[in-house]
Amino acid sequence: MEDISIQICGIGKSWGKVRALHDIRLEIGKGELFGLIGPDGAGKTTLIRILASLLLPGSGTASVEGYDVVKDYRKIRDITAYMPGRFSLYQDLTVAENLSFFATIFGTTLKENYHLIRDIYVQLEAFSNRPAGKLSGGMKQKLALCCALIHQPQVLLLDEPTTGVDAISRAEFWEMLRRLKTQGITILVSTAYMDEAALCDRIALIQEGSILKTDIPSAIPGDYPRRLYAISAKQMYRLLKDLQQMPAVFTAYLSGQHIHFSLNPDFPEPGLIAMLLEKSGHEGIQIREVVPGIEDSFIALMKGESV
Amino acid sequence: MRTIGFLIQKEFLQIFRNRSMLPIIFAVPVVQLIIIVHAATFEMKSIRLFVVDHDRSVLTREVCDKFRGSGFFRITGYSDLDRDGEQGMKQREADAIVVFPADFEKQVSMGRDARFQLIVNAINGSAGGLIHAYTQSVVQDMNHNLRKESGLISMETRPQQIDLTYTFWYNPELNYQTFMVPGILVILVTVISLLLSGMNIVKEKEIGTIEQVNVSPIRKYQFIAGKLIPTLLIALFELAFGLGVGKLLFDIPLEGNLLLVFFAAAVYSCVILGLGLLVSTMTGTQQQAMFVSFFFMIVFILMSGLFTAAENMPDWAQWLNHLNPVAYFIRIIRMVLLKGSGFTDIRPDLFALALLAVLSITLAVRRYRKTV
Repeated sequence: MEDISIQICGIGKSWGKVRALHDIRLEIGKGELFGLIGPDGAGKTTLIRILASLLLPGSGTASVEGYDVVKDYRKIRDITAYMPGRFSLYQDLTVAENLSFFATIFGTTLKENYHLIRDIYVQLEAFSNRPAGKLSGGMKQKLALCCALIHQPQVLLLDEPTTGVDAISRAEFWEMLRRLKTQGITILVSTAYMDEAALCDRIALIQEGSILKTDIPSAIPGDYPRRLYAISAKQMYRLLKDLQQMPAVFTAYLSGQHIHFSLNPDFPEPGLIAMLLEKSGHEGIQIREVVPGIEDSFIALMKGESV
Repeated sequence: MRTIGFLIQKEFLQIFRNRSMLPIIFAVPVVQLIIIVHAATFEMKSIRLFVVDHDRSVLTREVCDKFRGSGFFRITGYSDLDRDGEQGMKQREADAIVVFPADFEKQVSMGRDARFQLIVNAINGSAGGLIHAYTQSVVQDMNHNLRKESGLISMETRPQQIDLTYTFWYNPELNYQTFMVPGILVILVTVISLLLSGMNIVKEKEIGTIEQVNVSPIRKYQFIAGKLIPTLLIALFELAFGLGVGKLLFDIPLEGNLLLVFFAAAVYSCVILGLGLLVSTMTGTQQQAMFVSFFFMIVFILMSGLFTAAENMPDWAQWLNHLNPVAYFIRIIRMVLLKGSGFTDIRPDLFALALLAVLSITLAVRRYRKTV
């Protein structure tokens, strides 16, 4: 990595006795699309708010484009854009009014920087006189992104931008991010959706305020320590309960339509499991081996295994 | 400056886009002036009187006529049983009872002192006092007539008298509306300033826009100025509108310099805006802000001397009133509008208001820095 855009050195933050972040260390390169992946309450929002200069870190230091988030917060506000998870534009102002408001308070104009947002804004142009509060979820997201980009930021901080947005809009949104990346903007995006992790250049898995692992998305499941199987049967819930009680089973959890499970090292064969389950009355059992995904790695990491 | 100008423009855009805002701005002053000014009065025009007459004589009837003729009383019950009188009072059919003893007329005709009793519903103490005073004047009038009739007052025996002549200044007709309208205008400016400023910033917190503004290079003072100046302008507009309505509907006197009134109003509005800002830094939702604002507003207004004379309050309350901006402004606006006081007359009050303005805005801005 030649050029570092965001550097986080041992950032910690506590709310009273609750530890939100603990000794976070990350380096994000210029022009990188970096994903912060973790469940709700993992500390993603806290970390992003610290980088956006909205929160003071409890300990440690962090810098964005070489500017310290505490000392040089004014400079940071010039060069970064922050898009909170909740839609936070003026609902009673129109699309165009919101845009020109955010352009003005960043000391620029819509005309001057129109080229930055043209690709996204063309989809909104038909609604430019509609109050922002009356837009659909996907449209709101596009408008928020336009407002964030209007002052030509070098760093874009996105906090769960796709939460509560339909699948098509989510795909479109990630397409927009990829295009922004080609303009050299560093993007830090947090999400709770594991499937979005694969769309990032690199990801960090975060859980209970600590980073579990940082790598390129394809490398993370490669280190999965065991063979992983997908199983389905008629009564999925009872199946899960039964699996979790078997001594041979190491982990079992729901994953989409199936249950993913892995076995203790002494039981290398899943065939025995199927027999046992049939005996206890399960019907329509289907087992196949699957390639572990990021989610599987994440669950393994959460249990404290080293992957 | 350009940024502040733009913020103000945005603020007005939002205010006027809010459908309930325009009716509030124009309807509230008119409704408040019309309703409160007409309704809130201490003059008692029809005191309901229950007569318990054990005497049933010509004289008692004469006294009753005097009561009726005075213009203050209305006789709503007549009986010769004490019980009926009590009943009337309990059922809210009478504000006062007069009881004539059985030998009332006889005593008078024999040239002796006669007594009759007045029982007043004094739940509202000052109203009770007024009823007593009115009754007193009716009885005095009665005595005067009696002496004349019995020839006690002849030219020779007339005692020396000291006569008092009087004029009522500033409100010669003792018009209660003249007294109330300026006060109501103060309430208007207060409500608009406090609610608009307090609610406005909390609303930005609630919908999260304040963070979007905070991550921009905009300065805090620019943001605050962009919030306070529109509210100040609206409050002053309300005052002008209210003054116009007051002049048209109630013909209140406008003795003093109106510019001075508006100058004082601007200073006063700054105090209230500071308070509103302070409330909005301490609260997270519009509902909380509303409750806190109402608490302050009610205490300030009730202690301000709007309805009751602040000078009659106990010492500790008067001392507390040194911190009450409403009290200062009510005094100022009444002085300038009704008395025609000039700048030097109101200087101490104006100075105190300016001090409070600096205090409240400084406090609010400091807290705002820490919390948001």
